[in-house]
Amino acid sequence: MPVLMDAERVARALMRIAHEVIERNRDLNELALVGIRTRGVPLATRLRANLREITGTDVPVGALDITLYRDDLMRHPVGPQPLVRRTEIPFSIDDRRILLVDDVLYTGRTVRAGLDALIDFGRPRAIQLVVLVDRGHRELPIKADYVGKNVPTSSTESVRVRLQEIDGHDLVLIEKEEEQK
Amino acid sequence: MNLQVANGPLGTAAARLRGKDLLGIAELTPAEILLVLDTAEAMREIAARPIKKVPALRGKTVINLFFEPSTRTRTSFEVAEKRLSADTLNISAGTSSVVKGETLADTALNLEAMSPDLMVVRHTSSGACHFLSRICRAGIINAGDGMHEHPTQALLDAFTIREHKKRLGGLKIAIVGDLLHSRVLRSNVLLLTKLDADVWVSGPPTLIPPGIAQLGVRVTTSIDEAVEGADVVMMLRIQLERMQGGYFPSLREYFTVFGLTSQRVRRAKPDVIIMHPGPMNRGVEIASEVADGACSVILEQVANGVAVRMAVLYLLAGGGEHEAAA
Repeated sequence: MPVLMDAERVARALMRIAHEVIERNRDLNELALVGIRTRGVPLATRLRANLREITGTDVPVGALDITLYRDDLMRHPVGPQPLVRRTEIPFSIDDRRILLVDDVLYTGRTVRAGLDALIDFGRPRAIQLVVLVDRGHRELPIKADYVGKNVPTSSTESVRVRLQEIDGHDLVLIEKEEEQK
Repeated sequence: MNLQVANGPLGTAAARLRGKDLLGIAELTPAEILLVLDTAEAMREIAARPIKKVPALRGKTVINLFFEPSTRTRTSFEVAEKRLSADTLNISAGTSSVVKGETLADTALNLEAMSPDLMVVRHTSSGACHFLSRICRAGIINAGDGMHEHPTQALLDAFTIREHKKRLGGLKIAIVGDLLHSRVLRSNVLLLTKLDADVWVSGPPTLIPPGIAQLGVRVTTSIDEAVEGADVVMMLRIQLERMQGGYFPSLREYFTVFGLTSQRVRRAKPDVIIMHPGPMNRGVEIASEVADGACSVILEQVANGVAVRMAVLYLLAGGGEHEAAA
């Protein structure tokens, strides 16, 4: 299994993204980070730490579960419903610039669901998209504003992101998908 | 603020409910019960949003078929369905063809011809939901059948207890009142014993069904003994409409012997929570000062009911194994 990013590269990418965020957003006080569950949440938390380290400003962090907004929900007559987890956005998103954070950008369907979910919480001034890996193959007109690493992939491959907070270590892998689909 | 990285506080064991229906707690495994509670945990946050609606059940049709009066349960289901974007229809016995003599099976099959995805059913006969689940393709959710079960009430009670006590296993839970006619009791006893709570039940001897101890509960005719050191006290309604049989001399005497007063609450743990499934008879099974007191979580139960019913609707709306065979 080829390694795309090790812990150091993940850390460097997140630090670079933090600098880009500061470059593009003059007033950090109107920013907020929202991570898409599951792995977008620890990434958002790390970006907050980076932003604080560079500027001393604390940006609020929320967690968004997009399960109830998925476009493939209820489309499969057989099989378990995807697990719904808690959304926690403990601040008003009205008139804020929201940095929506996810681990991998692929078809864009998760981000579409995330945008719809966010809009139900209010009217942000802007939403910008942060991803650790962009692997291409978009099925919707969605583009990331900040990318940790662009990786050309084939649709038979899958990109696995492992993070310290959930998996015990940081690693981004690319693997051939088993004959599942 | 610390965000939880993983799922709910107690983790999840099962990823699905088996089958297309929720007929009773008897049919659920402990893992399935925890799945409903964890999903409800996520659903509850939706009530705090400016737009209290998610698109999960868009295009699904849910019929609320109520053959018995209900305010809380029917409204709670309807709010839950609407928050999930389902299309809902309400049918109550008084305004339906039931008054013209149509049988339960015919009513259900005619409704089924309009292809609903789920039917939420309350009926005066025990077993009515089991019967409907056999003849209907739609998923059946039991909203109370006779003296048998009321599973969503037990699930919302468990949710409320877990929220306050962070666990269910090992808690002393006293359930007091009309044990004979109560479907809330039966569902609660089944659920709480499955999750290893120490359940005590108490009521007048005439209202204790024979053999109830076989469900794994401690039975006493002394409310004081049941409440002693309890973590949770759950009061059951004296069903005035079912009290023609002379089960006890008078409502006043009932209150004296079995009513929950603040003196009796003092026997319980200092952090006891007081529950009641509603509708309450103040001054019969519970004193007003207790119902409105600091330990009372009665209105939280109502709020949690919506989240728990959203969880059940969501988990069943996918169809379950039933359609896998088709």
